[in-house]
Amino acid sequence: MFVSMFRRHGEHCVATFAPDEVRVLRKVASEVVGLLSEGFDHEDPVVERLFPDIYPDDPHNSAEFRRYTEGDLKTSKIDQAGAILALLPPDGDGEVRLDWDTAEAWLRAINDARLAMGVRLEIKAETDLGEELDEAVLRDPTSSRVFQLSVYAYLGYLQESLLNALTD
Amino acid sequence: MGGMAAPQVAPVETPDIDEVPVADRAWVTIVWDDPVNLMSYVTWVFQKLFGYSKDQAEKLMLDVHHKGKAVVSSGARERMEHDASQLHAYGLWATVDQA
Repeated sequence: MFVSMFRRHGEHCVATFAPDEVRVLRKVASEVVGLLSEGFDHEDPVVERLFPDIYPDDPHNSAEFRRYTEGDLKTSKIDQAGAILALLPPDGDGEVRLDWDTAEAWLRAINDARLAMGVRLEIKAETDLGEELDEAVLRDPTSSRVFQLSVYAYLGYLQESLLNALTD
Repeated sequence: MGGMAAPQVAPVETPDIDEVPVADRAWVTIVWDDPVNLMSYVTWVFQKLFGYSKDQAEKLMLDVHHKGKAVVSSGARERMEHDASQLHAYGLWATVDQA
């Protein structure tokens, strides 16, 4: 799929998205929001990854800490995914212009989306994304896995470009 | 942690270790390697949260990447819990342990 790059314009990070990019970003941001609100399930490995135990060998103290911090962390993550949804062009395609704070929110939100997808796709240290994509296409080019892997790769490029624009 | 390079960071003010009861000994925040986070992103988070220079942050990120985990900060327990919490907000996998 088409990959738009963020670039820096003065104090803003700017990108012009094609319609399928807008659709994909809307979809993944909505899924993150859903996962953190009505879909919130502590048994879900995605939730485990986004909210890790602070004391892995001490469930009691981890639970204590979680009691105090989970609510705020959830809210932050919902808000940052919300920042994506709020700023996507409403009519198919168009320019996105992010000020500093919003760019950082987008960066964290894209990261959360990649973490969630990474868990679902079972991405491991030794995973070669190109190879996985090739194999999935050979098995069934119309499969959901091909789409998911493509989106995961896309989000990686987008995150890298946003980070470059931000730190330019 | 055995053999892990400590990050180059302005020293945390800690009392003389002989005077400190075991319960107040230093704690550490650890970041674990994961297959999703971009190396550039992890480096940026370390700079942003801990004030490391780009070189220091990059070295720390490579420690995490090659060794599987690295200590990113040390000090009082509450401070480490706060650091871990902030790292979670950025999607890094952080835990807290005694030094």
